[in-house]
Amino acid sequence: MSRSQETVDQSRRAFLINGALVVGFAMVPGAGRAFADTEVDTLGTQVLAPDLPGSLRTNPFLDAWIRIDEKDGITVYTGKVELGTGVRTALLQVAAERLDVAPQAIRFLTADTALTPNEGYTAGSHTMFDSGTALFNAAAQVRQLLLESAARQWAQPVEALSTRDAVVHGRDGRSMTYVQAVAGVQLHRYASKDSPPKPADSFTLIGHSLPRLDIPAKVSGGASYVQDMRLPGMLHARVIRPPRRGSRLLDIDQAAIEQMSGVIKLVRDGSYLAVVAEDEWQAIKAMRKGYELARWSDGDPIPDSRDIHQLLTELPARRYPITNKGTPDAPAPHGWKSRVTKQYLMHGSIGPSCSVAWFKEGLLTVWTHTQGVYPLRAGIAEMLGLPMAQVRCIHVEGSGCYGHNGADDAAADAALIAMAMPGKPVRLQWMREQENLWEPYSSAMRVELDVGLDDSGRLQRWNTELWTTPHNERIVNAGRLMPAWLLARPFAPAPSVPIAQPEGDGDRNVVPLYDVASSRINMTFVTQMPFRTSAMRSLGAHINVFAIESAMDQLAVQAGVDPVQFRLQNLSDPRARAVIEKVAKAFNWPQKAAGPGSGIGFAFARYKNIMGYCAIAVQLHVQRQTGDVIIDRVVTAVDVGQIVTPDGLRNQVEGGIVQSASWTLYEQVDYDAGGVRSYDWSGYPIIRFPALPKQVEVHLIDQPGQAFLGAAEIVQGPMAAALGNAMSEALGKRLQALPLARKGWQQRI
Amino acid sequence: MITLNVNGKDHQLDIDPDMPLLYALRNHLQLNGAKYGCGLGQCGACTVMVGDKPVFSCLLPAEAASGKAVRTVEGLGSAEKPGTLQKAFIEQQAAQCGYCIAGMIMRAQALIEEVANPSDEQIREHMAPNLCRCGTHLRIFSAIKAVIASGVKP
Repeated sequence: MSRSQETVDQSRRAFLINGALVVGFAMVPGAGRAFADTEVDTLGTQVLAPDLPGSLRTNPFLDAWIRIDEKDGITVYTGKVELGTGVRTALLQVAAERLDVAPQAIRFLTADTALTPNEGYTAGSHTMFDSGTALFNAAAQVRQLLLESAARQWAQPVEALSTRDAVVHGRDGRSMTYVQAVAGVQLHRYASKDSPPKPADSFTLIGHSLPRLDIPAKVSGGASYVQDMRLPGMLHARVIRPPRRGSRLLDIDQAAIEQMSGVIKLVRDGSYLAVVAEDEWQAIKAMRKGYELARWSDGDPIPDSRDIHQLLTELPARRYPITNKGTPDAPAPHGWKSRVTKQYLMHGSIGPSCSVAWFKEGLLTVWTHTQGVYPLRAGIAEMLGLPMAQVRCIHVEGSGCYGHNGADDAAADAALIAMAMPGKPVRLQWMREQENLWEPYSSAMRVELDVGLDDSGRLQRWNTELWTTPHNERIVNAGRLMPAWLLARPFAPAPSVPIAQPEGDGDRNVVPLYDVASSRINMTFVTQMPFRTSAMRSLGAHINVFAIESAMDQLAVQAGVDPVQFRLQNLSDPRARAVIEKVAKAFNWPQKAAGPGSGIGFAFARYKNIMGYCAIAVQLHVQRQTGDVIIDRVVTAVDVGQIVTPDGLRNQVEGGIVQSASWTLYEQVDYDAGGVRSYDWSGYPIIRFPALPKQVEVHLIDQPGQAFLGAAEIVQGPMAAALGNAMSEALGKRLQALPLARKGWQQRI
Repeated sequence: MITLNVNGKDHQLDIDPDMPLLYALRNHLQLNGAKYGCGLGQCGACTVMVGDKPVFSCLLPAEAASGKAVRTVEGLGSAEKPGTLQKAFIEQQAAQCGYCIAGMIMRAQALIEEVANPSDEQIREHMAPNLCRCGTHLRIFSAIKAVIASGVKP
């Protein structure tokens, strides 16, 4: 593979097409701030009203969000989906608060291309900012219109009216329900820029922990997931995949499979193979037979995982300048250079991807756990050559995905198979090894720092070079759906383009939030890669924060200053300082590690430098003989703006701590020239109960009246970095290759 | 034809003799609790109880469970009337995506029935076969501890 690089101007980066990258944000009048939400308004959505808050920018009509009628009462719509983070409940709280109704009075619908607004993807910790903000404003404006309608009908001043539990109350004991008040109100109108204010201290739902709506069914075997769907006459399907990318089907004994008990059909289109049977177990047996009988060409070569970080510097790539300011080449009296690496990771959903599809009377309906029903619909329509109007995608929950896993591809599979079985609903689920071998991985990366410190303990320069493959291979065309590669008339994926700063892609959080006058940061974006890679929680922030915070600890040593103090003396953002100070106090920093083999570590980041703040301290000890890393204590403080549901936020933060510990300590996709070895959980071990942190403390800093900043991904980077810093103290040696504590690691260092 | 006793009721099933219990429960008895996760006994999403032991229903042939008492999460209670462990999971909000939760509850049920007062270490070791990817372990652990501390035998 040859080296080919071109330098790309920032203005050509992804999703700047709308020319509305930076937008005004006002959750309540006066609380404005600049924001970029490229992950959303670029993935199939269009900015129609740049002045409006949240997703009202892309869906400005009030009735896209809220409808009130006699038949259904109050219906609230969101284009976002529940991925297991609890947003369904949190969004409902926001809408109910601002409509002034009980949450139970609302019929709440999530992403469905036939019904809900197009909010692109549910990703990037964007849901509360995008959809939460839209509902926060739309609901208040609808309530105001209802008040005005009642005031008109009663000839009373609006100020004399109040609302409670979906009823408008006026003078003289008069009242009317919202359904009555909506008569004569046109909700099909653009939202206004400003919404009626409500003081944060009068909120009765926002800021209060409402029990999640979905949990009772999930603990009792309710039909909660797309995997649980059963439609009348539903058939079961399984796919038969090639051994690796690029393999073509040479032949298969179709008759041998179709004569198996219960098997209805072997769907075959080029190298695309799937079996359809009456019963799921019969489909699985037929699939196994298919794997036995199908003969394939060799396919694309796979490198050895030991060479990947060298290979990243040699593959065809484009170079993106991220920062160039001050005098980054001026000599500094003190400095630190490092090379940090990360291997490919898997999303590792516990439930392999699944979808149900039904082609009936010219309409294809696809039930899917995708993160984006609209982009998926467009991809499927293109793949099948159907007009978009003949495809409907409905979100149904699946197993947690943590980013772009097999969900969209499985939906494409179900769609292809359903088209071959007209009139019959078909349920398709991937097997474990199919998920592990075919899901898009999180990119392997290489980050090199060259950082300088002046004599007064201030950062002088911050230079970074990073190498990454894409983190955003979302469904912008049919070729981004993997099954479409296999068809007799195959589709090629659209060219890879990184998400622009400040959100960033592999370069997410590569720019430190610390005060530094001189900096040069470049990203080498590898476009031709051995594996398909796409979005996984926090994208590049996981390794970039790890690299930055490792360097900060090393520089603190050179400055002769405590690492927390060193961070504070180079950081002026007051909210950043507040989370750091909170953790330092709660952890009782500075604290000495308990003894040999023990370490404490500190880390901080503001997610994407524009979203939630997180500081974290970790205490651990290492058993040198066994290699076990025991996490004794974790203390964190987060600031995600106005908190909607404190317990939901806590749940996300705790989960992020555990998940990031698993990524950082144990995880990597194993492969060599012979193929990917991580086809099951023994080949891709993740954290289990015995390795859990023994004690976790989460401190929340609420910011009433401020923007919702999102929570699900803010901990990933800081937890990784704090673990790295604690390990480094425990070992007296800095580890810079992730994962840090994979089986046998203690023998390798 | 095999007879399966599930949650106290006998069912006659005309299924392939090699069918794992998981598929019999999900597709032939319409029980959603046990989930397909790996088919290899590595993740525990399919955990149910057979007799007084937690088993991977994805590995156990349905026929091998014939004549024994099979229990699934549906047998412990419902969303409206949750059982002791289910109630503790709701109180602790011990789920994110929740795909692993039914398996977690069934494995925990077996522990609580078998061991009078398990230590934290024992709980962690006992729960080790079950994976959660959302990182909800700490809450799952708290929910199990809460039931043990209450002394109520579920």
